[in-house]
Amino acid sequence: MTELTKLTLAEARDGLKAKDFSALELTDAYLSAIEKAKALNAYIADTPEKAREMAKASDARLSNGSAGPLEGVPLGIKDLFATEGIHTQAGSHILDAFKPAYESTVTANLWADGAVMLGKLNMDEFAMGSSNETSHYGPVINPWRVTGSNRDLVPGGSSGGSAAAVAAFLCAGATATDTGGSIRQPAALTGTVGIKPTYGRCSRWGIVAFASSLDQAGPITRTVRDAAIMLTSMASVDDKDTTSVDVPVPDYEAAFGAGVSGMRIGIPKEYRVDGMPQEIEDLWQQGIAWLKDAGAEIVDITLPHTKYALPAYYIVAPAEASSNLARYDGVRYGLRVKGDDITGMYEKTRSEGFGAEVKRRILIGTYVLSAGYYDAYYLRAQKVRTLIKRDFETVFHDGVDAILTPTTPNAAFAPGEITDPVQMYLNDIFTVTVNMAGLPGISVPGGLNADGLPLGLQLIGKPFDEGTLFRAAEVIERAAGRFTPQEWW
Amino acid sequence: MSVDKDTVLRVAKLARIAVSDAEAETMKGELNEILDWVEQLQAVDVEGVEPMTAVVETRIKMRTDVVNDGEKAGDIVQNAPLQEDQFFMVPKVVE
Repeated sequence: MTELTKLTLAEARDGLKAKDFSALELTDAYLSAIEKAKALNAYIADTPEKAREMAKASDARLSNGSAGPLEGVPLGIKDLFATEGIHTQAGSHILDAFKPAYESTVTANLWADGAVMLGKLNMDEFAMGSSNETSHYGPVINPWRVTGSNRDLVPGGSSGGSAAAVAAFLCAGATATDTGGSIRQPAALTGTVGIKPTYGRCSRWGIVAFASSLDQAGPITRTVRDAAIMLTSMASVDDKDTTSVDVPVPDYEAAFGAGVSGMRIGIPKEYRVDGMPQEIEDLWQQGIAWLKDAGAEIVDITLPHTKYALPAYYIVAPAEASSNLARYDGVRYGLRVKGDDITGMYEKTRSEGFGAEVKRRILIGTYVLSAGYYDAYYLRAQKVRTLIKRDFETVFHDGVDAILTPTTPNAAFAPGEITDPVQMYLNDIFTVTVNMAGLPGISVPGGLNADGLPLGLQLIGKPFDEGTLFRAAEVIERAAGRFTPQEWW
Repeated sequence: MSVDKDTVLRVAKLARIAVSDAEAETMKGELNEILDWVEQLQAVDVEGVEPMTAVVETRIKMRTDVVNDGEKAGDIVQNAPLQEDQFFMVPKVVE
């Protein structure tokens, strides 16, 4: 029965439809896998009763012919998504015991299509982190280890629970969110597929806000096809989110197998950064060769403002976060710590409720928005953002269909290995440009390094052209193969 | 531009986060490192560049002016650390 968990999302969906197994059998297989994988700390709230109840309802719909596109498929949900009556804390202490009275649009879309919820997944506190070490619920451990070693590694972040759960076969797919790389970087570090769609493709309603102009939801899955299936369900046009863009959602799976013949793939020279490990350069060259062999035309391009994306991000994102996180005041929800007066109560609640990284970003954000500094920091960063977006527009205008880069500058590292904040931020150096420009980006496994750890390749596309990314990513996936960790947990 | 300990304490006060003197000292170092690093943006020529306000250009959507939600006071206060008769309870603010 445990083998059911090894199916891809597409295989599980098709097997359920063919009645090879029931939704309840599949759900039970995942629930027992989760039970055995506590060492990974991927789930922070299991919902087995809810899962079985949803699975039974799915079985009924599979029998009576009213099955949805994801009927009976068990998913893990990042703790950032509001789930009605169920643990939703953004991995933070300040949201202690918060159980929303509403459902996020993205998860509501998934349930409407028949998916089953297994539980809530661990994450960096308020999605701030690149290693999943900032969660109030403790770090997530990567299912991958260096060949022959038993040393723990981080899964990346902030969607580290989502990536680890998918890689370790603890769900058929997971929801995730990406503000500066939080879907793609953990996907790369765990050998999974992750797509951050165009800003406005998935509704942000009911997703705990970090930096509203950058946040986007997307799936992490084991294959490119699975990502396409999940995104088709997650994406929607939503009146509850004014930044949700009024573009119909295509069936992303329909374009599969079209290949990349005649496609123009841009290779940006600015992504060849100083001190980049040879294994990353080799991976990138391999990716170029695969796409070329499949009939794509490779063109050298320039994105001159690339190096300014990360510093601009670390002004814009903390500024928006400092404003978004002002709502956690000990009055409306979560933790309250008593003080001498109301201000003392606010200050103690926020001091105790937020972790070190969140406080650091709130202070940076408050500082750059404070009187006298706004123009020098925030306004300048937003102007730089315009220039970053213009770089991409120029390249796409010149006929490039998609851009190929490495996803991360390194493979998974050990917990505690990176303690310097700026060093940690540099893990998002290749992914953050995409959020700054609002573009779609996908990470697909490209191979293993000499230590046996997965590395990811990133494809960046035009706004609302996720279909092209799936086509190109599938070509890489077919050439590279799939990678699964050896079970030790 | 670098921040001193008093600035850290002032910003923490603005952000309503209690910070001890020792914490302020640590944060001063970390904030200065981050601020030094973002300083490189000063090298970019932004003359005549419009600041970004939205990554995807769209017109603000108009909603039909109808009541479609409400009467949920119970739902709204249900997660409050302290509530009474569907009101949020806070420490006394007026003498």
